[in-house]
Amino acid sequence: MKYLDEYRDPKTAQLLLDEIRRITTRHWTLMEVCGGQTHSLLRHGIAVELEGTVELIHGPGCPVCVTDQAAIDFACQLAQREEIVLASFGDMLRVPGSHGSLLDAQATGAHIQIVYSPSDAVELARKQPETQFVFFAVGFETTAPATALAIKQAARYRLENFSMIVSHVRVQPAMESLVQAPENRVQAFLAAGHVCTVMGYESYESFVNRYQLPVVVTGFEPLDLLDGILACVKQLEANEAMLENRYARTVQAAGNRSAQDLVQEIYQVCDRAWRGFGTIPKGGLELRPEWQQFDALLRFNKPAIPVFKRDECQSFEVMTGQIKPPECPHFGTRCTPESPLGAPMVSSEGACAAYYRYGVTTTP
Amino acid sequence: MSSNNNPASWQLNCPVSIPANAEYVTLAHGEGGRLSRKLIQEHILASLNNEYLIALNDAAQLPKIEGPLALTTDSFVVSPLFFPGGDIGSLAIFGTVNDLAVSGAKPLWLTLSLILEEGFPLAILDRILESIARAARETCIKIVAGDTKVVPRGVADGLFINTAGVGELITPIPPGPATLQVDDELIISGPIGRHGIAVLATREELGLEPLPLSDCGSLLQSVELLRSGIGNQVRCLRDATRGGVAAVLHEWAEASELTLSIEERNVPVSPEVRGVCELLGLDPLHMANEGTMVIAVKPGAGTAAVEILKSIPETATAQQIGIVKSRGIVPVTIRRTLDSEQPLDDPLGSPLPRIC
Repeated sequence: MKYLDEYRDPKTAQLLLDEIRRITTRHWTLMEVCGGQTHSLLRHGIAVELEGTVELIHGPGCPVCVTDQAAIDFACQLAQREEIVLASFGDMLRVPGSHGSLLDAQATGAHIQIVYSPSDAVELARKQPETQFVFFAVGFETTAPATALAIKQAARYRLENFSMIVSHVRVQPAMESLVQAPENRVQAFLAAGHVCTVMGYESYESFVNRYQLPVVVTGFEPLDLLDGILACVKQLEANEAMLENRYARTVQAAGNRSAQDLVQEIYQVCDRAWRGFGTIPKGGLELRPEWQQFDALLRFNKPAIPVFKRDECQSFEVMTGQIKPPECPHFGTRCTPESPLGAPMVSSEGACAAYYRYGVTTTP
Repeated sequence: MSSNNNPASWQLNCPVSIPANAEYVTLAHGEGGRLSRKLIQEHILASLNNEYLIALNDAAQLPKIEGPLALTTDSFVVSPLFFPGGDIGSLAIFGTVNDLAVSGAKPLWLTLSLILEEGFPLAILDRILESIARAARETCIKIVAGDTKVVPRGVADGLFINTAGVGELITPIPPGPATLQVDDELIISGPIGRHGIAVLATREELGLEPLPLSDCGSLLQSVELLRSGIGNQVRCLRDATRGGVAAVLHEWAEASELTLSIEERNVPVSPEVRGVCELLGLDPLHMANEGTMVIAVKPGAGTAAVEILKSIPETATAQQIGIVKSRGIVPVTIRRTLDSEQPLDDPLGSPLPRIC
């Protein structure tokens, strides 16, 4: 496949692996920020191949995993109401809330519609004006422009039956919170290529200078990842901390300005509760006051929901790199994709799901 | 919730045209009176007539056959009813015929139950019945009994079909996955995941070009060629429907208590299917097929099996994809990019597309 097989060539991958092993003189700990990268590292066996050379720890970059449980509970509650259809991306459906997932709610009568883009939810609202459509807007900076566009479309059509539960989260504040934590082990970051495609990477300059940690913008294919890892290791071995873009075929320094403008127009930065992390300052996006007529929280008077805290799930420890999924006492026993204790086991980008799916039961 | 009482607003998500003066199924069509008889005579028998069905007895009276019988049943609830490469009618026939074929049987007779939703356009029903008749002719199976029910609007999704198929078992009968042995060779008859992706792309109106086509079709000829060519070398066959190839491999691993090991690079996947799967975070090995089978043959017989399959267009891209090994830690493994052997997971429910 053009532009895909080129980045999965086994021979080149082996050369990059050999080079990483050759130049590494001590144990380095790298964090891949994005859950898509985690899955690719495990799916293609890279994490196992680098065992004993470079330790890869898995960051908080799965928006489904970090979506606040209260937001899922609110979504389930709205979907149970007769006049409301909750529209969501598919991978949000299996994530457990306090009292079950959206799929569980659907089985007991909730109205849930899988959509492939936020605009699909707007179209549904246009076609069925008597039904209230609520879109569950989850995701990092990558998906925020599309949900911002959906708001503008809904405004253009003057839709009074479309709103969103806005649960967007921002990557960089989470990275800051990780490196400031006393237990931080991260020595370099593989920054999430998709997010940088939208946001660019200029803003990482100050991050690199402040914390003196290498940040390498990295893609998702095996060769992208190995190339990003090699770039990190080269810097670490040379005692350098720089910002590098190793995903230049997609990412520009400034990112996608029109997407950023759109996000800026619709959203404002806010503090946000991250599942497992607690509140991260500036960790989310919320609707600006002039767009709040599309805020489902306001339209439907979000009730105070007593949140049942799932102490058993060690997702925070997993997503901050303190433990690997197999080190969780419940991994593969009490916590499986069929019966998850927490979101990282069911999300398609979750670290625990990746370890479970690709059968890594030891600690690479 | 929205409700819609206008029959003319039927959304079939398919390129079908409904005439302006269209007639629709009503509850009276299912109540056994004149309209029921009209439905059977003017629509069902008009398409599916044969010497057994025309008798309209409560039970079909069938001739004696020599060999032992195979019996299978299946229900078809696909949405949308029409998809690129097929429709619920052809799917119902090919699905049942394929179940018989991979079980080592020559398909003979089939029963057909239609559960229709009030308001379903009769013109669309006729198109589906024609498709059923065409698929039955193609596979030489006769529809010998049937039933029609009509349920109120909103209770069903347009049309559900249930079939039962009877076939005569023909020697050699594949002995089944419990007889798998170490070093047996695993083969796939064609590109995987086409049905699942075609239905998904149509249902969700993904607007893909080129449009992925379902593999909805008959495996009968391929199975007959294998039987006549290397019949004694075949251990088991299975059409890889819901759950895809991964589900078949897991079932066989469980039945044989061995490990089935495949090579990702040898698994045929069409560019369209691969593209959609990459985009949505889905695994082609988990996607449904409707005219593609997994085959296990005795050690050394894989090349001959692939050559036989490649001799006809339906299975022209057959490939050997792996082998059977003694039981390791996991039941099914896959070798990917870096040559590392990894577990291949059993699909969990329907595949859900990812967020980004």
